[in-house]
Amino acid sequence: MRRRRFLTISCTTLGGVLVYSLDRKVSLLSANEKNKDKSLRIPLRFFDEGEALLAAAAASRIFPSDVSGPGAKEAGVVIYIDRQLAGPYGSDRYRYTQGPFEDAPAEFGYQGKATPREIYREGLKGLTGFDQLNAEEQDATLERIEASVFFSLLRQHTIEGMFCDPMHGGNADMVGWQLIG
Amino acid sequence: MKTLRKADVVIVGGGWTGLLMAKELGARTALSVVVLERGVPRSTDKYADDMDELDYAIRLRMMQDAAQETVTLRHDARGRAVPLRRYASFLPGSGVGGAGEHWNGQCPRNLPDFFELYSRTKEKYGVNRLPEDHAVQDWGITYDELEPYYTRTERLLGLSGKAGNLRGQKVEGGNPFEGWRSEEYPTPPTKLPYFSALFRDGAKSLGYHPYPVPAATLSQAYTNPDGISRPPCVYCGYCERFGCMIGAKAQPTSVLLPVIEKKKNVTIRKGAWVRRLVHDAAGSESRVRGVTYVDATGNEVFQPAEIVFLASWTLNNTRLLLLSGIGEPYNPGAGKGTLGRNLTHQVSFAAATAFFAKPLNRFMGSGASGMLLSDFDGDNFDHSQLSFLRGGLLEARNTGAHPIGEFGEVPHRVGSRWGSTWKKAGIEYFDRVGRIVVSGEHLAYKGNYMDLDPTYKDRCGDALLRLTLNWRENERRMAELLTEKTVEIARAMGATEVNTFPGLRNYDSRRYQSTHVQGGTILGTSPESSVVNTHGQHWQAANLFVLGGSLFPTGGGANPTPTILAMTYRTADAVAERYVKRPGPLA
Repeated sequence: MRRRRFLTISCTTLGGVLVYSLDRKVSLLSANEKNKDKSLRIPLRFFDEGEALLAAAAASRIFPSDVSGPGAKEAGVVIYIDRQLAGPYGSDRYRYTQGPFEDAPAEFGYQGKATPREIYREGLKGLTGFDQLNAEEQDATLERIEASVFFSLLRQHTIEGMFCDPMHGGNADMVGWQLIG
Repeated sequence: MKTLRKADVVIVGGGWTGLLMAKELGARTALSVVVLERGVPRSTDKYADDMDELDYAIRLRMMQDAAQETVTLRHDARGRAVPLRRYASFLPGSGVGGAGEHWNGQCPRNLPDFFELYSRTKEKYGVNRLPEDHAVQDWGITYDELEPYYTRTERLLGLSGKAGNLRGQKVEGGNPFEGWRSEEYPTPPTKLPYFSALFRDGAKSLGYHPYPVPAATLSQAYTNPDGISRPPCVYCGYCERFGCMIGAKAQPTSVLLPVIEKKKNVTIRKGAWVRRLVHDAAGSESRVRGVTYVDATGNEVFQPAEIVFLASWTLNNTRLLLLSGIGEPYNPGAGKGTLGRNLTHQVSFAAATAFFAKPLNRFMGSGASGMLLSDFDGDNFDHSQLSFLRGGLLEARNTGAHPIGEFGEVPHRVGSRWGSTWKKAGIEYFDRVGRIVVSGEHLAYKGNYMDLDPTYKDRCGDALLRLTLNWRENERRMAELLTEKTVEIARAMGATEVNTFPGLRNYDSRRYQSTHVQGGTILGTSPESSVVNTHGQHWQAANLFVLGGSLFPTGGGANPTPTILAMTYRTADAVAERYVKRPGPLA
């Protein structure tokens, strides 16, 4: 048995966090002076902390937090992706996975054997150190992998995590829905 | 294998056609009817919990599970087929009601000449104008024969629309190109979304004839001839890929199931995965004795029956006959056999993605609220100087923009698919973009067909169906001209920018087109060129009837469900009024 893994994030980086508790009361840990040293430990179901930080950093370049509004960071996209990969989708429960696996032109759809979990695990290895780069370097790195299956999943899942029903772990506080009205 | 008590009638598949047949036979005869549906139970009142885009529209909760069974695809007979590992270009439904639960409910009729495509084309343009490897043939029934059944279908669904041709009289506001209809639509057109109103005005300014989409999403409360009452649509925007939570959209669970559930002679068995039709030795007098299926607990069961209806959608109808060895598989090389021939897929694409300065309120709408235009459908425009035959409908609807699926479509000039610039444009255009979609005819070709895949198997170990399918020059040129015309309309609507469809190249299994895949068990007037007669009755087994889009010898521009239901009614009449009294081949 392995110990539970957490993504530890500080309230300051998030600009505030909504906390739900079982007494049906919602409290906001805002990123003010009082909470500046507070941090949240969010349990991870698939990623380890290092992977989660890389995926979060990459999702933040795909859907940045900038002048046009909040992005992947505020929506908690990485939590969404973690939940999806941990669930049946991540293990290809609903994909036809019988062999033989043959190469085919793109219009026949993804023919690989690797599941979304495997694609992420492998893809994130290639992004080692990504979260330490500056924004320009990060964009240049993502441009290099733009044609990969990993990037296309990451892009798709970032959009999903921005705009899904918050019950799936993304779109925290419905920030995505508020962006588009 | 357990053998169950014999039923008078077994129906394979509990979607539109299977349940309509069950309703008709259940109400009009004393026959015992068993419907075998491999999916889960569904009911309209449960759909209120299901308005989740991720689970339903993206992860496809209501569709067949590709992990259990899919199809393989290749572009031509020389190629090696690979499985569609996820469904994408078409989305077969599963569960009670089938794809009829998660459809949009657009219900135009087919044009009269569509049913006599071969003779009409020959007559007007000469047989040499048909493409070299075409497999086009007439249906063997005409629009006039089908008209009363179309009318019954429209009353069943309560269609909302505006007639354009009442018994030969042109009516202002309807489709001037449509075949004659014996009566007005049961209910008036639905509300018109803003984007569709722009389309109407733009198209009219160019001299075209737009008309309201005939909609199975009711414009007002309606009670059909079976006494089924349904409320009007509230334009919530959750039709496609969802069941309608209030039943305003005609779907089998809101229109057929309540009638069937009152009939003691009809049973719907869920979780029944049919593997074979059991038949006596081949020959012209062969009979089907029943079907074998795997039940929900994994046990193999034999269900004997006097009459069998195959109503399991285009692809599975063809596959079950191939797996059961009923009929001769089509072999294009040898020019022999009929089973599996004439595979078509409606030529459907977003010809123009138009961007506007003003918001369009895209969150509001229904699957079938909008405008259609038939000026470029079928042979409604002269083809003498063109390099292709036939055409398609142009449609501008507002189906309810869902945030995941719709975010990020931006003008080409933005030039990026991620990052700050793309995000900003995505937010700006989320409610300022609309698509004008073309639904075009797909001619049948000798080289587009279905057979059993030699390599890949389903969850039971049965061979998957193999599709050999690609576009030809006729479709590519048609798409080119229709795209050009559509972009002109988009400009006339006041679009500030337009993304244009890049053109049809090879059949692309990744792009959703429509779930209007047809052919395989085509109808006709002779066993040499068809699998079933015009009643869907199998040429080699008089007690076997096939229902659905698999009967279409060519692919229509109009969405097929009304025609499919009309043909099912026609078969129901023939069985209830004639076959039951005197079993045997129907004339």
